[in-house]
Amino acid sequence: MSLVVKDLHAAIDGTEILKGLSLEVPKGEVHAIMGPNGSGKSTLSKVLAGHDDYEVTGGSVTMDGADLLELEIDERSRAGLFLAFQYPAEVPGVTMANFIRAARQARMPEGEELEAVSYYKDLYAKMDQLGIDRKFTARAVNEGFSGGEKKRNEVLQMMMLDPVYGIMDETDSGLDIDALKVVADGVNSMRSPGRGFLVITHYQRLLDYIEPDHVHVLADGQIVRSGGKDLALELEARGYDFLKEEVVVAG
Amino acid sequence: MEATLERGNVLEQPPENLEGVPAWFNESRQAGWKRFLELAMPTRRDEEWRFARLKQLDFEGVHLPDPEPPAGHRGAAGLEKRAARFGFINDTLNESEVNLPEGVICLPLDQALAEHGELVAEHFMKSESTLGSAKFTALHQAHLSTGMFIYVPDNVQVADPIEVFHWLSGDHIITFPHTLVVTGRNAQVSVVDYFQSDSTARNAWAIAVNDLVAGPGSQLNYLVLQDLCDQARMIQVNTTTVARDATAKSFILNVGTAWARQESLSRMEGENAHSDMISVSIARDAQEYDQRTFQHHVSPRSYSDLLYKNTLYDESRTVFSGLIQVDEGAHFTDAYQTCRNLMMSETAEANSMPGLEINADQVKCSHGSTAAMIDDEEIFYLRARGIKSQIARQLVAQGFSVEAITRLRNEALEEIVLSFSAREFSRISERVVT
Repeated sequence: MSLVVKDLHAAIDGTEILKGLSLEVPKGEVHAIMGPNGSGKSTLSKVLAGHDDYEVTGGSVTMDGADLLELEIDERSRAGLFLAFQYPAEVPGVTMANFIRAARQARMPEGEELEAVSYYKDLYAKMDQLGIDRKFTARAVNEGFSGGEKKRNEVLQMMMLDPVYGIMDETDSGLDIDALKVVADGVNSMRSPGRGFLVITHYQRLLDYIEPDHVHVLADGQIVRSGGKDLALELEARGYDFLKEEVVVAG
Repeated sequence: MEATLERGNVLEQPPENLEGVPAWFNESRQAGWKRFLELAMPTRRDEEWRFARLKQLDFEGVHLPDPEPPAGHRGAAGLEKRAARFGFINDTLNESEVNLPEGVICLPLDQALAEHGELVAEHFMKSESTLGSAKFTALHQAHLSTGMFIYVPDNVQVADPIEVFHWLSGDHIITFPHTLVVTGRNAQVSVVDYFQSDSTARNAWAIAVNDLVAGPGSQLNYLVLQDLCDQARMIQVNTTTVARDATAKSFILNVGTAWARQESLSRMEGENAHSDMISVSIARDAQEYDQRTFQHHVSPRSYSDLLYKNTLYDESRTVFSGLIQVDEGAHFTDAYQTCRNLMMSETAEANSMPGLEINADQVKCSHGSTAAMIDDEEIFYLRARGIKSQIARQLVAQGFSVEAITRLRNEALEEIVLSFSAREFSRISERVVT
């Protein structure tokens, strides 16, 4: 059982960004995607989540055998996909507690109401684990949150929604080292044989804390190289430029 | 054959003298009628009625209700903790419950006139109606027979809100709800006016006048929850005067009627007077909310802040016209005015006319109005968490109005407003089958 991306092509405003991307993330594994700015990292995460601005022009994505691209945005989430946003939206007037509650409620069978007491118990336990002040339940979603607070909040939502596949889009950007550790601990605590992760990052630093099973390098809309976690270290040492040379030589 | 009550059109029916009220009150009714006849109906050329749909001023066949109101009506459940609760059906008292501190006068207007005539006279309809509806204010003055008179003496604080329910029932009837609230020095009170009706109130009207007089250092909160049926119409004229060191907060929620015209004037008459004017309207179908406001700074060092938030669905329409006027000598005034419209459909229409007139120095004023469609990125974010599109739109729209509601800074009042607005949002959300 895996999240399988095959020869994926996607465009925005007629410009092709993903140019035949293939990737397989089996359950129980953490895969990292690294790549320079503009390589298509964020496009990949948005396309997987189903953002309307992106047009899939070819290829396929399946999640445990089911066609992901056939599903609506919210259906993908309920089917077990979670995207931790690089830039989470602010939603004025909607409290954190109500937001996550609505997301939980959406997973309930028709006509069944979420049980409030156990919901809050669960929410508070996870907030405590992530070092999020309980007062945040009454704050509007992401409004006035610092970069670190936003990212913790993304991980909190992931914990509360218990997805089968988690995509972390540049979760390390804008985080100081302490926040990075908290967020990484959160992700690590969720690693399990029944769950896969795709960690998208520009820097190797995050992978010191979330140790990947596989590392892929994305350049110009394609995976140009795959390897073990050492590949990340090599990239860190040599920069992305050496890859370009290799691609040119190979091409 | 049973004799049926003669039901003349209200616009052609002079008021009869009431019994058991001071002579001045009957004189006031006659004066109101005279003024009503003198004043012309609004026309398209009147600046105060710019963008207004004058065809809404339809009084064809509209008459005063039977003196015996239909029994058995009851409005919203209201608040759990309240200091008093009064209910009127078609301007006839049908329930009262009082648990007030000593010295507070909280009575139906007719009773207050009989028992505290001089006190009522001191404050009754003292303000000129200047925002367009003078003719209808005069009609109100001519025909009003009851209402609420609430007087909180110096240094008395009423902790829980006073609730007043105005219920409309019956075809083509017209009512004249009246609320007069006066607070003494350092007094404190919250009053909630509910306007509701059953579905028989077709082409029914409420022409309401509320006057709020906030004495020095007092705190006066006033809420209007307008939840009339879709075939009723309403004109409401609100005048607030705020004395030195007093804080007046008025809040209007619109979720009902075919058409509501609301004129709200707040006058800062003393230093450090503070006025908050807040409104939330949720318009759908062909509903129209036409709101005109006036923040009038007479005294220096006074403060006013207006926030009106409209959410517009379908073919609905809003008009906002607001003026901040800072009089000569009213230096060091802070006055703010914001009207925001959230457009939930391509066919809804929001009209805004903000205005400023400053005749003093050292003044901080701002005004602005916006109209925007719902933010796609917010919707994407919510949907990416598994929330269905329809619910996501509902949550974002609801969130938009919350900013205004939380300005009440009073948990019980916020809760009651939220219960009405949430009900309306889910009703709108559920009618579309996805």
